[in-house]
Amino acid sequence: MRFELKLLAAIPATALAAGAAQAQISGNEVKIGVLSDMSSLYADIGGPGSLSAAKMAVEDFQKAHHPKFKIEVVGGDHLNKPDVGSQIARKWYDEEGVDAIVDVPNSGVALAISQITREKNKAFLASGPGTSDLTGSKCSPNTIHWVYDTWMLANGTGTAVVKQGGDSWFFITADYAFGHALERDTSNAVKKAGGKVLGDVKVPLNTQDFSSFLLQAQASKAKIIGLANAGGDTINSIKQASEFGITKAGQKMAGLLVFLSDIHGIGLEKAQGLVLTGNFYWDLNDKTRAWSKRWSTQNNGRMPTMVHAGVYSSVLEYLNAVAAINSDDGGKVIAQMKKKPFDDPLFGKSHVREDGRNIHDAYLFQVKSPSESKGPYDYYKVLATIPGEEAFRPLKDGGCSLVK
Amino acid sequence: MTTIFGISVPALMGQLLIGLINGSFYALLSLGLAVIFGLLNIINFTHGAQYMLGAFVAWFLLNKLGLGYWWALLLVPLALAAFGMAIERFMLKHLYKLDHLYGLLLTFGLALIVEGIFTNQFGSAGLPYSIPEKLGGGYNLGFMFLPAYRAWVIVASLAICFGTWFVIERTKLGSYLRAATENPPLVQAFGVNVPRMITLTYGFGVGLAGLAGVFAAPIYQVSPQMGSSLIIVVFAVVVIGGMGSIMGSILTGFGLGIIEGLTKYFYPEASSTVIFVIMAIVLMVRPQGLFGQR
Amino acid sequence: MAVDAKRAPDEEPTLASRDELWEARYHRNGFIVLFAILVVLPAAIYPVFLMKALCFALFACAFNLLIGYGGLLSFGHAMFLGMAGYLSAHAAKVWGFTPELAILTGTATATLLGVVAGFIAIRRQGIYFAMITLALAQMVFFFCLQAPFTGGEDGIQAVPRGKLFGLLPLSHSLAMYYTVLAIFAGGFFLIHRIVHSPFGQVLKAIRDNEPRAISLGYRTERYKLAAFVMSAGLAGLAGATKAIVFQLASLTDVHWGMSGEVVLMTLVGGLGTVFGPVVGAFVLVAMESYLSELGAWVTISQGAIFVVCVLAFRRGIVGELEAWLRRRRKR
Repeated sequence: MRFELKLLAAIPATALAAGAAQAQISGNEVKIGVLSDMSSLYADIGGPGSLSAAKMAVEDFQKAHHPKFKIEVVGGDHLNKPDVGSQIARKWYDEEGVDAIVDVPNSGVALAISQITREKNKAFLASGPGTSDLTGSKCSPNTIHWVYDTWMLANGTGTAVVKQGGDSWFFITADYAFGHALERDTSNAVKKAGGKVLGDVKVPLNTQDFSSFLLQAQASKAKIIGLANAGGDTINSIKQASEFGITKAGQKMAGLLVFLSDIHGIGLEKAQGLVLTGNFYWDLNDKTRAWSKRWSTQNNGRMPTMVHAGVYSSVLEYLNAVAAINSDDGGKVIAQMKKKPFDDPLFGKSHVREDGRNIHDAYLFQVKSPSESKGPYDYYKVLATIPGEEAFRPLKDGGCSLVK
Repeated sequence: MTTIFGISVPALMGQLLIGLINGSFYALLSLGLAVIFGLLNIINFTHGAQYMLGAFVAWFLLNKLGLGYWWALLLVPLALAAFGMAIERFMLKHLYKLDHLYGLLLTFGLALIVEGIFTNQFGSAGLPYSIPEKLGGGYNLGFMFLPAYRAWVIVASLAICFGTWFVIERTKLGSYLRAATENPPLVQAFGVNVPRMITLTYGFGVGLAGLAGVFAAPIYQVSPQMGSSLIIVVFAVVVIGGMGSIMGSILTGFGLGIIEGLTKYFYPEASSTVIFVIMAIVLMVRPQGLFGQR
Repeated sequence: MAVDAKRAPDEEPTLASRDELWEARYHRNGFIVLFAILVVLPAAIYPVFLMKALCFALFACAFNLLIGYGGLLSFGHAMFLGMAGYLSAHAAKVWGFTPELAILTGTATATLLGVVAGFIAIRRQGIYFAMITLALAQMVFFFCLQAPFTGGEDGIQAVPRGKLFGLLPLSHSLAMYYTVLAIFAGGFFLIHRIVHSPFGQVLKAIRDNEPRAISLGYRTERYKLAAFVMSAGLAGLAGATKAIVFQLASLTDVHWGMSGEVVLMTLVGGLGTVFGPVVGAFVLVAMESYLSELGAWVTISQGAIFVVCVLAFRRGIVGELEAWLRRRRKR
């Protein structure tokens, strides 16, 4: 899709900065690549919805600033395969003049993209992936981790739930690096907040039947059953917990990586009472409602996830920075974005830390019961707001080499 | 609470029962595979996709036509059987003269197509399907809470498995079937329409997969990927049991479900691989499988 | 799979009376054309794409060794590709091996795995063999998923390409390309030698009629195991090289979907033909690379190609071409 330059309305705001150093934007065009999972596991979380969110950001930017440079958005499908993703990224950077890649809802692919982006000095705005390594041991001066990360989810849920009285935990953990990290971070947070962990069970990925593990969780008598897994595994465990009457008997489920689209797939009847952490929900305030309604009309009436919101806000902020320094040099634009705090239309007050972590508030949500819900997608109520400073991993704990 | 060797008996009973439930899915699916293999000599790689289709058709019936679970139980196997028979008539039929592996490749391709289309249409989060009202709730057995629906699944699949066994091993129709497996031209000569029997058999096997899909819909999320990982485990079940007898595949299915259930309790990390390990051991000791004939 | 013997019944009996001389010339000319094209191709086509295609071409050739000449359909070859990739990546990154040693480590691992898996799998034939290899590969997949050194979903990232023999820096994409081409050529000729050696002849005899080979005094199990191990090792070579090229090793390469893909590559190109797997690999990789915007349609079209190939096009692209060449020569 090509967004033509509106020559007629080129107005001072950016024209001021433009004149002198126009040649710095290569080809006088900024090209943004939305690299996502368009078709399988994470297509509901990012996917085509991310593409339309990026396009909305470009529209809004052009309306507000009438920039002199052209902006183009392209989409690609990494099929959740790191080699396919990195091949597309290399081709985009080498041959098609792409300046920035956004989204990438798969940690494995995202780490590969971050590495290539650094090699080619472009910009990577990661709103899809979870791994907190992106701003930790594998941080890069060309990457900003925009929305959630695993540390935030684990810590936010762990701390906030203990504060609400859920002080004994049992974990059902996906048995691979991702699940282990989620469990480790959550149980640290739980212990720090004064709770205790009664036990855990490591479950192989893509297990269909969780009843056996749920019975073990039930037998532990823990108040909270923490689900350190994702996608289909989370959905099946929530569904079966309801079937075995575990939530009815008083134990609560805490999802460590749950998206709005997952809740939609489970249905409120079974998901009710689940607590989870997130940075965005469509029904938070007037701005989020207005934007989400707009997004919704372009996406078959679905409501956006925090990843979609992140794509919109990161593209908008990126374009602001490009216009401000009139350059599409990846390293410089990212440095510019880290310079000063900004008021994000969807995430509120935000700033980007030197390790590339975007800091904004997070929320502890609880899934409503069917009787509380007023209609489709009216799913969450806010239990607590976690201020940005507490929500994310402290700068010194990440082990990022950019932090002096 | 009583314990044996430091293990609480009630917990163990619970795990055994759950293993039995999973076993009933293995048994239903491997039974379907065994029936198809017996007559067509084809390993039906589409079986997982057909199981998934069964769950999706049940969802369609409920959400588009307002027909509930009990209707699905009746209509889905019929729909899937029709689908299967169409595949047999238009595609598989042309492969009987060739190496059996071509049948495997064809059904693998079909599985990719079906799963691809559904992923495209429904994404991966899947669709919810509720437990039918009459089977909601459950029984408190003292040692565990048994949801009524799971109890129903065990009873129903046991009935179907043994019904199938009875028809094939103890009735006249079954004897034709078995004879046709051994020597098709001879049976044809006795006036039995063997090609039609083959078509019906394939339809029946696919219908069983669809039925398993309906059973699964309320328990597992109805999603495009639900069949693909299950089918590989079922293949291992089939290798372990050997394709020799109908009863063999039923017993192996239930037995392995129980073993897997126990693994989930004692060493959950290995629960996804235990069946493959058993397969490797069985192959070392008895290459033809537990119930297979050389 | 008795590919030659049981091919479409309408085929003329040219295969039986094939002209050895003609075939040798055809192969030689084919090699020259193929490698001449591959040497100059990076000038026209994006090298990263070509390297990927070459790795898969070698993978498919290794697979073809087993099915085309040994008659054994493995549905679990991804385990060798992926395992070798992990070990090669781990050796290069953590142990600091030079690329050639890392690749050797990966290849050796796959060969060992081939010995173990082969020992179990060759106890059954045909469909059972396919199911057993699939199940074993699934076991390896879960191992790779859970073992800490593989990094789970993240895989092993940022693997250094290093310097070949400590001299030639592979970070330059053309240097990498010609290294990959050399590895591919080596593997390709090795397979060609194996097939035309006495060993290969016995293998074909077993494929066509195992009881007869047994009665002639051959210990067929050993031949089949040897073929399986060689195929596994070569598949490992492809996987190990791929990990160095892409600087990562991930779960994709051990997933059963990959085992299916290599079957498809070989089938599309032509089972049991020398050049078929190469052509098939290029076609499939091109589809995946250039049609990736279509998303799930890639899977759907792969499935459709499977169905079409099996129903109407069993000789594959190269197989059809060869049949046409032979018919033309007859006239």
